[in-house]
Amino acid sequence: MTLRPAGDAILSLEGITRRFGSVLALDDASLRVRSGTVHAMLGENGAGKSTLMRVAFGLLRADAGTVRFRGSVQRIASPSDALALGIGMVHQHFTLVPAMTVAENVALGGRGRFEPRAAAARVRNVATHAGLVLDPDALVSSLSVGAQQRCEIVKALARDVQLLILDEPTAVLAPAESTELLQWMRRFADAGHAVVLITHKLRDALAIADDITVLHRGRTVLTTAASATNESALASAMLGAHVDEKLPATYSVHSAANDAENDTTHFVTARSAATRTDAREHDHERDQEHDQDQNARRRDFGTPRITESQAHARAGTVTAERHVVLAMHDVSVRDAQGIERVRDATMSVAAGEIVGIAAVEGSGQSELLRVFAGRMNASRGTVTRPAVVGFVPEDRHRDALLLEQSLVENVALRGAGARRGLLAWPSLRASTISLVQRFDVRTNSIDSAARTLSGGNQQKLVLGRELDGAPSALVVENPSRGLDFLATAAVRDALRAARDAGAAVLVYSSDLDEVLELADRVYAMHQGALIETGREREQVGRAMLGSA
Amino acid sequence: MRMGVWSAVVRSAVLAVVALVVLIVLLLLTGHDAARALTALVQGSFGSWYAITSSTLVRAVPLALAGLAVALAFRAGILNVGAEGQLLMGAATGAATAAVVGGMSGLPAGVAILLVLVMGAIAGGAWAAIAALLRQRFGVLEVISTIMLNFLAQYLVGWLVRGPLQEPTRVNPQSAALPEALHLPLLLSGTRLHWGFVLALALAILAWWWLRATASGFRLRAVGANATAAASAGQIRVGRTVVGAFVLSGALAGLAGSVEFSGVTFALYDNFSPGYGFTAIAVALLARLHPLGVLATALMFGALEAGANAMQRDAGVPNVVVSVVEATLILLVVAADRWQSRSAARSEAGT
Repeated sequence: MTLRPAGDAILSLEGITRRFGSVLALDDASLRVRSGTVHAMLGENGAGKSTLMRVAFGLLRADAGTVRFRGSVQRIASPSDALALGIGMVHQHFTLVPAMTVAENVALGGRGRFEPRAAAARVRNVATHAGLVLDPDALVSSLSVGAQQRCEIVKALARDVQLLILDEPTAVLAPAESTELLQWMRRFADAGHAVVLITHKLRDALAIADDITVLHRGRTVLTTAASATNESALASAMLGAHVDEKLPATYSVHSAANDAENDTTHFVTARSAATRTDAREHDHERDQEHDQDQNARRRDFGTPRITESQAHARAGTVTAERHVVLAMHDVSVRDAQGIERVRDATMSVAAGEIVGIAAVEGSGQSELLRVFAGRMNASRGTVTRPAVVGFVPEDRHRDALLLEQSLVENVALRGAGARRGLLAWPSLRASTISLVQRFDVRTNSIDSAARTLSGGNQQKLVLGRELDGAPSALVVENPSRGLDFLATAAVRDALRAARDAGAAVLVYSSDLDEVLELADRVYAMHQGALIETGREREQVGRAMLGSA
Repeated sequence: MRMGVWSAVVRSAVLAVVALVVLIVLLLLTGHDAARALTALVQGSFGSWYAITSSTLVRAVPLALAGLAVALAFRAGILNVGAEGQLLMGAATGAATAAVVGGMSGLPAGVAILLVLVMGAIAGGAWAAIAALLRQRFGVLEVISTIMLNFLAQYLVGWLVRGPLQEPTRVNPQSAALPEALHLPLLLSGTRLHWGFVLALALAILAWWWLRATASGFRLRAVGANATAAASAGQIRVGRTVVGAFVLSGALAGLAGSVEFSGVTFALYDNFSPGYGFTAIAVALLARLHPLGVLATALMFGALEAGANAMQRDAGVPNVVVSVVEATLILLVVAADRWQSRSAARSEAGT
């Protein structure tokens, strides 16, 4: 990988800060993209990669910071502003109208009369010029995923885009298509344009990019030439660990040690403040001591150290072999499209332990969990699971709750498929009341609609329902998604309590720290393959990024 | 979003006032004597014992049965707008059954009447099953398929009354008159009110109890509320539940047809139904899909239609005017629901 003649900065983002409620998504992040280059943006789930690029594309406003395009400061308030400047973006989830042809999709958002012939000719022209194979008259719904992506790219190019941002473009592609796309990016950049490639695939970044920027928790922690780094250094930076000082950094390696420290301090302050607000909001009697205790626990987040659960796990391995409740052997799973999502997975969860899955999104963990939960069938291999498995899916509004129905009816939902005859409402009401008390679900009445609960209370309701009757196994997906700090702590406590009561608990979280905090044992999943790793952050992180 | 009884009462009162105002404005606009027309409306619907029992309640029976059909389907998340076709198929099959069993000597009249009613229900269910299977197997939207099946049923009836089921004299396009022995018995002598009224009442109560008290009724509601969660969290077989609810809905609409045939018209003919299956959608929506509410709204629409006839007869007001009022009511209810759920969402977002 030779460094190409350095172009001027086409896009620079400086000191970008963006807050969502109490969460600091971008914290003084910066990025400098030179024309004629492919620039890879790396980071864990939620590191702020997409958020930063959404700021550049005008989908989000920054709270602070400047955006420069070709040297002059710009206010990009909307995607049309961005397109007018020559910045285009291809989203992870396509924004195409399936019932329209490629040409019609490309013409969408344009002005003036729509001439089908001219539109088709323009698409053909742009596509040929860019070296992309695309039939302008094909219906988008009939296209393969790869072709739909080319259609998205042509849509941007038809607006004379100089800088193209691609958000995880290879996540949906087969390997051959990925290679083709990466090569195309290279050619596009060589022609004097620029590409920002958002990815968590280290290899793609190293193979194709000129420059690499790594974000961690909303901060730019590393900016380097691709030729001056390697997988190991990038993985360390993504995981927020110290960057190897011996590596020569071309532009600027932010003093990682310092940054990491600042980072943590900053987060602790932000989160403690949030905690206090929450405590007030919840209007719950809570003495000073308790409050401090909560804050102290918050500080532990993200800093691996020996916790009770770790000690627990060690004791467990020493004492005796536990009874295995959930197990799979050489299991493969295909999704509805026939794509193999899980490959030859072998794993087990014993009674009285929490097993964590660490993975970047779309690695097959969602299918794996659903096979254990009995919501999906394996295409190959053997699966051992009890008849009843509690399941807490990540999208509770879609998969777990009847939002307009009462709490009682939501509790009654569990096992409704197998129930016969009359419903025993009095006993269902009684178990709802006890569940609401045990899991501290804040509600006016058990007859209130589930919609009226806050996200945290909805999650506690789902968790309580799934744990009702003490099932021997519990499968949980992103348990604290969208929850505030207090609710997160309550949900995690409930999971530990279930474990301590002897349940086999399987947890996936997109937040690696959450996996590490909860799990007694950890498996990392990478592109459908499963490997058991230790519990060190670095080790797990590397395994889930496929850089063992 | 469960409403208290009190707010439901307030809401109905507001709607009634708005409907009345719309009616008066329409009457004035079309140059009618509003006072005379309104008097005729009230006289024709509630003015006398005979008007109540023989006009209002008699019209309310098919509206209540078909309204229940629509309400059950909508509660299951099925947009069955084919109650009209299912009702016609029920009536036609009832007429065919009557033609067959009428010739059987020695069959007790009670059994024969029951056969007519039950065969009508089965036919309605079977007609709905076509749309149910099209939805499950090929993903055909039931809104489209049931509308098409409505046309099909209408033309089928047209053919039947000119062909196989036409009266022996072959004069008019209608079936032979139902022998008196096979008439659905009258509930009150001296009126036209038949036992179908009691049947509708009983079925509404049964449907209400079934939906809240039984496991299968709960499954129907869960699937209608959120099919994905019902399948995932409840492990409910959604396809089975949908087909079952669809067929049940069709059977109720079919029963409305065979009850109307054996209790009121005693014959099958073109335009057998004055759009009962369509008005039933309004009945169900206005009742907010509640089975007991359906009884009340069916009564209201029955009264409106009885009154409209009287208005046309006594004050020369075309009954289209009443149709406009009915349509206005539906729009108001739908708008009120939207507004309420929007403001509920807003107040929630504010917390």
